[in-house]
Amino acid sequence: MGEEMSSKPYIREISKTNWFYGQPRYMRYMAREVTCIFIFAYTFLLIWALRALANGPEAYQAFLAALNSPLGILFNLAVLVGVVYHSISWFSLTPQAMPLQRGEEFVPGNLIIGAHYGGWAVVSLIVLFLGV
Amino acid sequence: MSERQIQLEVLRYNPETDSEPRLQTYSVPCLNEWVVLDALNYVKDNLDTTLSYRWSCHMAVCGSCGMMINGEPKLACKAFIREYADQIRVEPLANFPIERDLVTAVEDFIAKLASVKPYLIPKEDKPIEAGEFKQTPTELKKYKQYTLCINCMLCYAACPQYGLVPEFLGPAAIALAHRYNQDSRDGGRDQRQEVIASHEGVWECSFVGACSEVCPKHVDPAGALQQVKIASTIDWYKEHLMPWVKK
Repeated sequence: MGEEMSSKPYIREISKTNWFYGQPRYMRYMAREVTCIFIFAYTFLLIWALRALANGPEAYQAFLAALNSPLGILFNLAVLVGVVYHSISWFSLTPQAMPLQRGEEFVPGNLIIGAHYGGWAVVSLIVLFLGV
Repeated sequence: MSERQIQLEVLRYNPETDSEPRLQTYSVPCLNEWVVLDALNYVKDNLDTTLSYRWSCHMAVCGSCGMMINGEPKLACKAFIREYADQIRVEPLANFPIERDLVTAVEDFIAKLASVKPYLIPKEDKPIEAGEFKQTPTELKKYKQYTLCINCMLCYAACPQYGLVPEFLGPAAIALAHRYNQDSRDGGRDQRQEVIASHEGVWECSFVGACSEVCPKHVDPAGALQQVKIASTIDWYKEHLMPWVKK
């Protein structure tokens, strides 16, 4: 192998930084990946909440006031949108990663995706129940 | 039969005379039932005999005529002219060096494919007199979709990870390794794991999923790669947390 190769094959360079621009398929992938930053940002909010709790009632009240400010609400809304997009885009990929074969047939992908939404709902209900 | 005049823009490159590729446009009278490969054959037969491209079966079986059509990796024999506007751009498969015109250098893929041992490695040797290795329809179904791969390399052209990290083993090679790993008659998984569970193997994949979207045979290589990741992760936990459990 290799001996028939021309002496001068032409190699097309790919941009290391903007290879995904203008390609809807790659842009969707980047959107899926980038929205994880919202989850990352929210963990900081939780750490801030824990610190406020540890610093006493006044600090915690100040934290709650900050949450209720327009900026706090805007941040939470942005995180919600980002996290929902992130979760939906990943859930839609689960049938590919975890196919279930029963006998000669594979379980329809929608059932596998649906099970993930079901699990999400159950966990959300538990969190809601603990929080009330 | 309706005829439509198409402007076919073809990326040309002659390694003996050109320092870089250039676009050349051909005006081709196309019939409604033509595919892009027919238009290229028309150019070769009537307009320009120097045009180089690969093809063989003209029915999406041989996997030879993969190329970029309006920027999408496609089989030229499966891309109907009627689904395109009057101007169509044809370029060699992305992520591969251009050998000449639409012909790419595929040695890298061939070497990677060979490295995953894409053939049955029986669990134990059996004399021919002992009969065939039997398999139930359920066992066949488990891997059948991966057998449909025709090595057309569209998945490599679609994979940005392969373009950015040429060492990456890539979609088709790993999907074919997975095909044999899933086969109830096969015992070669440990040998293949050394190659496919490595950093340049499945862990270079970030699940863009483009490979599966462009696959003309619906093999779903992206799915195969994620399944290999899960199986390799389970291997790791078994090895490190439960060393007494045999694989």
